[in-house]
Amino acid sequence: MTDVDSDLEVSYDRTRRRFLRVLTSLVGVAGATTLFSGKILEVVGFHDVPSSDLRLASPAKHDWIMVIDLAKCDGCGKCTEACNEEHFVPPGMEYIKVYSVEDEFGHRYFMPRPCMHCDNAPCLKVCPVGATFRRDDGVILIDHGRCIGCRYCMAACPYDARSFNWAEPPHTEAELAHEYSPEAPWPHRIGTVEKCMFCAHETAKGELPACVTGCPMKAIYFGDRREDAISNGEEILRLAETLRREHGFRLKEEMGTEPRVWYLPARRD
Amino acid sequence: MLDAEVRADPVLLEPLRTTSWKFYVLIAILGSVVAWGVYAYSWQLRTGLSMTGLNDRVSWGVYISNFVFFIGISHAGTLISAILRVTHAEWRRPITRMAESITVMAIIVGAAFPLIDLGRPDRLLNIFLYGRLESAILWDFISIATYLAGSLLYLYLPMIPDLAIVRRQVLTGRLRSFLYRRLGRGWTGTAIQKRSLEKSIGMMAIIIIPVAISVHTVVSWIFGMTLRVGWHSAIFGPYFVAGAIFSGIATILIAMAIFRRVYHLEKYITLQHFRKLGALLLVLDLIMIYFTLSEYLTAAYGSESQDVIWLQVLLEGPYALMFWGMIGAGFILPAILLVSRRSIWQIVTAAVLVDVAMWMERFLIVVPSMVTPQMTFSWNQYSPSWVEWSITAAAFAGFALLYALFSKFFPIISMWEVSEGALEAAEPEPAIEGTTA
Repeated sequence: MTDVDSDLEVSYDRTRRRFLRVLTSLVGVAGATTLFSGKILEVVGFHDVPSSDLRLASPAKHDWIMVIDLAKCDGCGKCTEACNEEHFVPPGMEYIKVYSVEDEFGHRYFMPRPCMHCDNAPCLKVCPVGATFRRDDGVILIDHGRCIGCRYCMAACPYDARSFNWAEPPHTEAELAHEYSPEAPWPHRIGTVEKCMFCAHETAKGELPACVTGCPMKAIYFGDRREDAISNGEEILRLAETLRREHGFRLKEEMGTEPRVWYLPARRD
Repeated sequence: MLDAEVRADPVLLEPLRTTSWKFYVLIAILGSVVAWGVYAYSWQLRTGLSMTGLNDRVSWGVYISNFVFFIGISHAGTLISAILRVTHAEWRRPITRMAESITVMAIIVGAAFPLIDLGRPDRLLNIFLYGRLESAILWDFISIATYLAGSLLYLYLPMIPDLAIVRRQVLTGRLRSFLYRRLGRGWTGTAIQKRSLEKSIGMMAIIIIPVAISVHTVVSWIFGMTLRVGWHSAIFGPYFVAGAIFSGIATILIAMAIFRRVYHLEKYITLQHFRKLGALLLVLDLIMIYFTLSEYLTAAYGSESQDVIWLQVLLEGPYALMFWGMIGAGFILPAILLVSRRSIWQIVTAAVLVDVAMWMERFLIVVPSMVTPQMTFSWNQYSPSWVEWSITAAAFAGFALLYALFSKFFPIISMWEVSEGALEAAEPEPAIEGTTA
């Protein structure tokens, strides 16, 4: 080994020590930043995420479910109207879409499609920041203070149930006066994803969702799987018995998404 | 080993010494395209993604296609450099630097697209605050960040000896000589330095290969993990990786042709280099044809109702021209051109066709699956807006701009590796393949 090499060894050693010192302090700074990032962001005003109490596990009192009787639905679209009004849904957007369908025998019927609140929800899996979350009662909600607008959930949803605020939604005074919460997510926010939330703010008060009360044909039933009861606001039915007797089915059952919305066939005896 | 004191070939240092007016014109043109893209993005920032052609049903489009395309291009560096280094393919020496730098530029440009596509770029930090490892987007985030760090290191390490040469032999201003001094880290070419450098490069070459494969695999899994028709396919990982290497080789062939001509590198980059890379391009082309056939034939033969609608959109619907164009002019025609590989122009023409086809391929993976209706019975609509096209043009210009600037600051051919290769070839002992042929 030449002199130059051994000199280099010495200087390498010194360099290594200096490098380690710098590295340690960098790791320290990074660690501290991570620990306090929540606080820092709060201070600089980034942290507009509501308290996490909503997500905390609590003994679920309910197990919400919806049943739509396609034989009763006449496609008037009043459910969508009631829903839009209730949630100040931005123009051009619909939480409930009413499809016109033709079966293989040429019979036409209508199919309202809210969010299915799947028990094995594809949208929930893919969210990179946990903005979409499931409550204990099975309702899937979106935290619009956290959503980054990547729209992966929209790509993943097999039911086209999600919509996006592509532009700043036009606001109304009544909408702006309301205090945002994921259960009642208005004022609506640009660059975030929206969908039906099973009227979580209404069911919390013991009321039926807006689409159920808004349907003139009384085709939409809402209820609690645990109580085995569903209601359209006029009558109360046994859930399991109704589904069995009326041949209840779910959309894209074969995908294994386990939707919470059931349909009763448009034509049955 | 090329000692820092030995005079390097002036041809290789010429781009660093002098700059013609043509270069400034090029920079001005590329720079203004980039500026136009920035202007378009500022529109999008102000008015939201409504400036794009995207809508609730086709919610990913050109931006995500560009993301997949550029991350694909970035595989050029890994393949040429790492795999050829590991397998001791001697002919790689003059083109490793070009390849490795493509990787870094392409990752930077590609990784920008998911951010451009975000509805709320102001909330990007949420990825760190609330990141969920269950989401494929997080897999991508981690994988691409690792790949960028690894590629930077892998570009930098073999450049250290060259930086010492540049520092001694090119007269530069204060700032640049400071840069070379800092980056050169006191390289003098002693035995101990040489040993540790060789060791680090060898290690990085091995580490970077699985990282690169993971990158395009998890990019494909963003799509593959959903239940969407046309995306939910197990072939996606290898299909994307093969496509990435395919487009990467095509890009490096184009870069080689341009640099060879502009910087007069005919002595270093010869027809043999084009022929060898062309052969690799041909192999990847055949693999792509095979994968494409497997993917579409499986769907068509089984003909599940959703698959049939998707295939109609692709094969006879709004994207038929693009699809068949890609197959004919982008996969089959290049294969024919690459069989004989007689002239550089023949090979480069094939490479250009391949790159265009691979952009289409990315677009045809992202968009038609979203155009295929899931709930209704009419095709969804999407036509990209001027904002999307402007930002896309800016990305290509930005990529070229970064590359052109890089070649002005750093030698585009690894001088010490080339001269070391020449030394080894002069010695009779280790059997070397490829340098003659």
